[in-house]
Amino acid sequence: MARLRDKAEKVRSKNAGPFWLTIDIFCGEKTVFQDVCEKLSNIDIANVLDVDEADLKRFEISSLNVVKISLPRPQIQGSIRDRDMHGASWAAIIGEMEI
Amino acid sequence: MTKVVVPSGALGLNYDKQALQRAIAAKPDIIAIDGGSTDSGPSYLGRGISKYSRSSTKIEWKGLMEARAKANVPLVIGTAGTCGADSAVDWLVDITKEIAEELKQDIKIAVLKSSQDKSDIKAAFKSDKISPLEHAPELHENDIETFENIVALAGVEQITEALNTGADIIIAGRTTDTAIIAALPIQNNCHTGAAWHGAKIAECGALCATNPQSGVILVDFDHEGFTVTPMADNAKATPHTVSAHMLYENSNPFILYEPGGHLDVTEANYSAIDQKSVRVEGAQWVPSDNYTVKLEGSRITGYQVMIMALVRDSHYVEHIDQWTSDISELCCAKVMDRLDLTKDDFDIELRLIGKNATLGSIDKNPAAASEIGVMGIVTAQSADLAKEIAKVLNPYLLHHPLTKEEEVPTFAFPFSPAEIDVGPVYEFGLNHVLKLDHPMDAFSLEVFEVKNGAS
Repeated sequence: MARLRDKAEKVRSKNAGPFWLTIDIFCGEKTVFQDVCEKLSNIDIANVLDVDEADLKRFEISSLNVVKISLPRPQIQGSIRDRDMHGASWAAIIGEMEI
Repeated sequence: MTKVVVPSGALGLNYDKQALQRAIAAKPDIIAIDGGSTDSGPSYLGRGISKYSRSSTKIEWKGLMEARAKANVPLVIGTAGTCGADSAVDWLVDITKEIAEELKQDIKIAVLKSSQDKSDIKAAFKSDKISPLEHAPELHENDIETFENIVALAGVEQITEALNTGADIIIAGRTTDTAIIAALPIQNNCHTGAAWHGAKIAECGALCATNPQSGVILVDFDHEGFTVTPMADNAKATPHTVSAHMLYENSNPFILYEPGGHLDVTEANYSAIDQKSVRVEGAQWVPSDNYTVKLEGSRITGYQVMIMALVRDSHYVEHIDQWTSDISELCCAKVMDRLDLTKDDFDIELRLIGKNATLGSIDKNPAAASEIGVMGIVTAQSADLAKEIAKVLNPYLLHHPLTKEEEVPTFAFPFSPAEIDVGPVYEFGLNHVLKLDHPMDAFSLEVFEVKNGAS
């Protein structure tokens, strides 16, 4: 077991417009990519983010060794319960997941 | 063949001046830069203002106006003033006139405006020309009146119309990030899929290369594809840096929706042609049956006052959840009693900086900190009411004891006054598209000349 952030090159989260959030996991090595594809499940991600698994869109991009997860923003950007205007910090909690 | 210079991801983020000179020496056909997006939040669109300082904007825009005069090609900016509302466009037009006078430039300026009249949007809504995108907020006819600003995102068609005026400088309101880059290559019959794909890759300047802060890139479009080259000495584009940019702030890395169709890069090929440049071919443009433009709208949802207390006493740090939940309960009851309000009339939130202020309840195991910042956020339907409620909250954050027996504690307030006006708080309320019979129907174009006595 290791934290995703220690295995992957970089985990990044950004807004994709005010209503969507997108998380890019840059795995670097092919072996890490394969590991992440296999062991990082949508249900685990949904549980960590406390969202509905059915809302996750997942892209496994082997040419880049990237796993990308997009989801409706848990709070619309800038709404009064939003804590992170640019959506930057979701990456931190995904990076702390053990795989 | 069409060469487009993109000096940086946004006007206000700065660019490498030497790299810009090198780009101008490569004889581009146009200089295109973006002025903003929704990414900085709903307040800028709600207020119709820029997030960047006027002084930074002016210095960088002046550099681009000088480069344009030297290259003798059009200079185009999309989403002027961060949000692209008419007032933000006017702000940049003023700055442009000021610079033209300082540089003694005679120039023709085209101004493309994207702000929408609420009565037009209501009429479009009633005739079913407005449709929601995935996860759009619900929209009712009466909601339309509540928006401070509504803008439509212009595409290639509207930018082309502006280019066709023969203007030296085009200052556009809200446009898609890509349209300002794709317009001229498409007009010059370059490959349409490549034009949109290259535009998406170049939208953030050198973010698609190493040394992203250098800003300046050159994209060379032709009938089959495009070649992207960063202009700074120490910047390189590789197939990885270029293709990875399709991930950036994009929920789907293969499909990009634009006015009039969508870009599909599933079959795109990226290859290094030397140490610095990448060649890309294979993207497809898929036209849509209807011509639609996306709408963005921002409205006031309340008024906020912030009050902050810093808790350093280890006993209170240890019991911070109990302390803040006691305060919330006591303070809400007192506000309802003394201000004669119901619980739906206001909102008090105490976010714990040093614990889980960033992620809230999903942050299950934050590391223990030696101090906690308690950020009290009061939201109400008027600024005066929010201030009044924050003043009821103030003594709790300053002195609330965990137990009745102990001596009254005092916590650190970093400011006086402790209550800080945040002002109106805005929210995005539109994620919809508007169907148009003609691309210019929702936009206006004005052209004028500025004469400062250049020979």
